[in-house]
Amino acid sequence: MATSLAPHRSRPPTARNGRRTAPRGARNARLRRRLADNAMAYTFMAAGILCFALFSWYPLVRGIVLSFQQDNLITSPQWVGLTNYRHLFADPLFLTAWKNTAEFTGLALLLGYAVPFAVAVLLNELRHFKAYFRVAVYLPVMLPPIVSVMLWQFFYDPGGGLFNTALRGAGLPTSQWIQSPHTAMISLVLVSTWANMGGATLMYLAALQSIPGELFEAAELDGAGVWARLRHVTIPQMRFIMLVLLLLQIISTMQVFVEPFQLTGFTDPSTITVMTLIYRYAFAVNNDFGLAASMSVLLFVVLGVFAALYLRLTREAD
Amino acid sequence: MARSAPTAPGTRSLISDQDLRRPRHRVAYFAVLTATVLLFAAAFLFPLYWMATSALETPRQFAAQTPTLLPRSVHTDAYRDAWTQLDIAHFFLNTVYYAAGGWFVQIAVDVSAAYALSKLRPVLGGAVFAGMLASLMLPAAALLVPAYLTVSDLPVLHVSLLNSPWGLWLPGAANAFNIYVLRRFFDQIPGELLDAAAIDGASRLQTLLRVVLPLSRPVLAVISIFAVVGMWKDFLWPLLVLQDPDKQTLSVALHRLSTSTQQVPPTEMIAGLAIAAMPMIVLFLFFQRHILGGLSAGAVKG
Repeated sequence: MATSLAPHRSRPPTARNGRRTAPRGARNARLRRRLADNAMAYTFMAAGILCFALFSWYPLVRGIVLSFQQDNLITSPQWVGLTNYRHLFADPLFLTAWKNTAEFTGLALLLGYAVPFAVAVLLNELRHFKAYFRVAVYLPVMLPPIVSVMLWQFFYDPGGGLFNTALRGAGLPTSQWIQSPHTAMISLVLVSTWANMGGATLMYLAALQSIPGELFEAAELDGAGVWARLRHVTIPQMRFIMLVLLLLQIISTMQVFVEPFQLTGFTDPSTITVMTLIYRYAFAVNNDFGLAASMSVLLFVVLGVFAALYLRLTREAD
Repeated sequence: MARSAPTAPGTRSLISDQDLRRPRHRVAYFAVLTATVLLFAAAFLFPLYWMATSALETPRQFAAQTPTLLPRSVHTDAYRDAWTQLDIAHFFLNTVYYAAGGWFVQIAVDVSAAYALSKLRPVLGGAVFAGMLASLMLPAAALLVPAYLTVSDLPVLHVSLLNSPWGLWLPGAANAFNIYVLRRFFDQIPGELLDAAAIDGASRLQTLLRVVLPLSRPVLAVISIFAVVGMWKDFLWPLLVLQDPDKQTLSVALHRLSTSTQQVPPTEMIAGLAIAAMPMIVLFLFFQRHILGGLSAGAVKG
């Protein structure tokens, strides 16, 4: 969500607004203007600062405080120390949720990482229908997530769903898809990959197009075949963007919510994820905001590691 | 569409044009091209086609499920019933309202903040900007619970924004990415232009409205598209904030209908999905250059 495409370039140098320096002795006037400008600036920024303070800075602090409190919105919050964390670790769903989230992220990386890369390399070689390919691969990204997920819910129907109909038509064994604990997770990953791969594909494609052609030419003159060129030119040239997208994808897939929420609910232990467990604690079953907050803090810490790596990586590139 | 664009001289990729000139390679190339065109159609276009046309079938035909490429007969009943009986019209209008308002609030708040940061350069402006950018590193998920509690009971004011559009609009306005992009763009507008406006007696606000904004049309277009798309696609936050079924967005209403005990005919449900998807698809087809361009610009310089 907000984490995508975080800025990382250094600010371009700005000219000191071509303001003339005030004449000597006019210090007071200058000071007054400076004050007026500052007052004006803060008036312009007031709404923005207020929004950030209310919905970003304050909730961050409150979330951490909340994780040490008992709060159910009925009685006033009470300080309970580490009790929430202790409850969390004692809940068997806690470990399940993390394991499932790791599994989802792992599978989503395997598919959602390798597939867009391969597709982008392929598309970069195709000289026809470029616009068609771009539009087609990005269309699912435009759909509201709930629409993609519900659409696939129809496809996954074990009886008359599109997938099983197709499998039957091809004489292959059918699957229970989301209704069997063995295939539920991969089914979630498939929808998610379908819905999200457009962005990564097009970013790879753009990066591929910026590889200097001379590198390929030189490799070719040295007798490198297509595979060798792919291995020794394309992949090294793409290393940076691959690493960036890897981190961004870990950060976003660990926050997966809509897929498990709509397809399997927040009670199914075979697909409950960190986010659906937070939802369950806070809004669905327990109404225990402190417990949910402590889970959020842990998620925040884990994602913070990846965010820091991302930040370092993109800073270094500047 | 680039019709057989031979790659410009000097730019080439993995496989050279020369490679492709050999007859055997040409055959292979066109085989791969055809396969890719078909694969893309099957993977990305067919699901949408299925969605649009399944809703044209009667529930009985839908249940019969021998898939046909063309609908056996065209019934628009499902669309009509979804629109009126499922009240999709109402949720559609809600979503339009939230998206339009969210767009306006985002632009108003972020443009003025970025303008101040870029052109007025206040004391501690850098620190404020850094604080805003830092929020990009915060996963939305981590703030979910405390942000919900904040919205349900604003500090100091003790007002609840639950079930109010402001509960979507104000958090949406805290968008550091917008401010970052706008600020970078404003930085490139020469100070002389603003000084000239000031000499002509324009106030700071007038300068913003009459000089800066007209120059910023391209960047405003990109931000506007992303604002509207973001609002339209959002699910979890509206699910929490808009609990009154009457006020829900289309996405939240579709989820509620899909899990409600009342039996909704599948064709109507699918019609609802198609209606929810339509505006985004239309928007994409209209603005694909902006949308895809913004995306790849980020990647190349990344």
